[in-house]
Amino acid sequence: MGMTMSQKILAAHAGLESVVPGQLISAKLDMVLGNDITTPVAINEFEKVGFTEVFDKDKVAIVLDHFVPNKDIKAAEQSKQCRCFAGCHGVSHFYDVGKMGIEHALLPEQGVVTAGDCIIGADSHTCTYGALGAFSTGVGSTDMAAGMATGTAWFKVPSALKFVLTGKLAPNCSGKDVILSIIGKIGVDGALYQSMEFTGEGVHSLSMDDRLCICNMAIEAGAKNGIFPVDEVTIAYMKDRCEREPVIYEADEDAVYEKTYEINLSEIVPTVSCPHLPENTKSADTLTHIKIDQVVIGSCTNGRMEDMETAYRVLKGKKIADGVRCIIIPATMQIYRDCVEKGYVTAFIDAGAVVSTPTCGPCLGGYMGILAAGEKCIATTNRNFVGRMGHVDSEVYLASPATAAASAITGYITPYKEG
Amino acid sequence: MNTQGKAFKYGDNVDTDVIIPARYLNTSDAKELSKHCMEDIDTSFVDKICAGDVMVAGWNFGCGSSREHAPLVIKTCGTGCVIAKSFARIFYRNAINIGLAILECEQAAEEIGAGDEVFVNFDTGIIENKTTGKTYQAQPFPPFVQNIIQKGGLLASIAAEKKG
Repeated sequence: MGMTMSQKILAAHAGLESVVPGQLISAKLDMVLGNDITTPVAINEFEKVGFTEVFDKDKVAIVLDHFVPNKDIKAAEQSKQCRCFAGCHGVSHFYDVGKMGIEHALLPEQGVVTAGDCIIGADSHTCTYGALGAFSTGVGSTDMAAGMATGTAWFKVPSALKFVLTGKLAPNCSGKDVILSIIGKIGVDGALYQSMEFTGEGVHSLSMDDRLCICNMAIEAGAKNGIFPVDEVTIAYMKDRCEREPVIYEADEDAVYEKTYEINLSEIVPTVSCPHLPENTKSADTLTHIKIDQVVIGSCTNGRMEDMETAYRVLKGKKIADGVRCIIIPATMQIYRDCVEKGYVTAFIDAGAVVSTPTCGPCLGGYMGILAAGEKCIATTNRNFVGRMGHVDSEVYLASPATAAASAITGYITPYKEG
Repeated sequence: MNTQGKAFKYGDNVDTDVIIPARYLNTSDAKELSKHCMEDIDTSFVDKICAGDVMVAGWNFGCGSSREHAPLVIKTCGTGCVIAKSFARIFYRNAINIGLAILECEQAAEEIGAGDEVFVNFDTGIIENKTTGKTYQAQPFPPFVQNIIQKGGLLASIAAEKKG
């Protein structure tokens, strides 16, 4: 029986010629990731069992990104614990304030993850790196601790859903509209325990930032991982960037998929997920009556350079509507610096927005943009659960950077129209 | 192993943000965190839960964030078992790894009512609703997973293997 791309990577890392869905395997890991919220729990477990060293100091990444620069004393203590552990074990990929970025924007940017890798991360959006042609999945802190100690993780080999992409996106649409549409179609558990494998000629028209955004939200459909084939766009992105040699895997022609979906990219429209589940999608132009109090443009889903360019294109020379707070968060220090150098930050400030250093802050209701009861926010983030960005009676609408920025100007949910 | 207690009933897609809101995640202290378990959908849960009680929910329980704090607070509150129609995969994995008993059983999750007295035998996967007298058979764990649970969680099982 032929294997999917994910199955092939897992087989190779388990030292097996082939695997089948449902098979339990132990796979070697190329990278084990944690952040300032999940790593302290992993450290406690690691030390409790008596492990004294990490399996490979170059294959562990610890990124302080959720609550930094620290929002309070407790958060500072958690960062301190991560810092001490990284220093003590010589973890080479440790990213503190000044170097850090939102983990899933940072690791691909810094070349820490590459095609063909098998990666676990104690953060659900670790599935992002599938955009590079890696098998990458979110786990909990205990799995992170075990991964740091042994360099391996157990997996149940997933079956897969195939998404055949055709056509090309309209100029006011992006990867976010694609993944929100897909989640709207299959539901928040539509890919539970499965891989989402993207393929088809439409793939080549998608930028790396689009692909990273699409794989990032695979978890929002319940998937184990999302994955794109490696093409010329991926190769150009990885060139002179990745610290390990990329290994390119392709799905077998006779690979078995549980289901195949045809997605015509040219039919995708600006899409918004309404409260309180990512599957509650609607076309943005049906929601123009919804008045908003806040806009957030950033996160591991949409804080990359193309997202900033889109926000700039929409906001340049315009003013944020009265009564709307617009918070823009470039996802890494490199993106932040590029936004300063290109004049985007000035344009954002002139429009009436605020620009923060990288943080996950508002996305998970941590800090930097918490909502009061009854308030509504349109955000380029990834979850709109009850209380996700603040008060349990607040509401989050998920959208693309273009839609979020256009909405900031009108004060109502608004799809962006060129010109 | 088994547990017996009253049922706390929830719907589909109970996410980890409502199980333990991120605003409290500036600590990893399970006792302190457990004071806020379920508070965004059920403010009375923490006051009402007694050791051995059972959480019953619909599809995709534990979706969202990978935070292990979620199964940890449910366990720390004294919950004896979570029965759901299905579990989100990271939550499922985390629950096994930290030793929170979970069972997938669609019919039991559908029929058990809030406040029903429920008895669960983890070894056999048999769920008994003492209030209605109905019994259900849940999917048993594969042996590989049972081994992790028996050894007291993932790290303990790795440590045991190392010692040989």
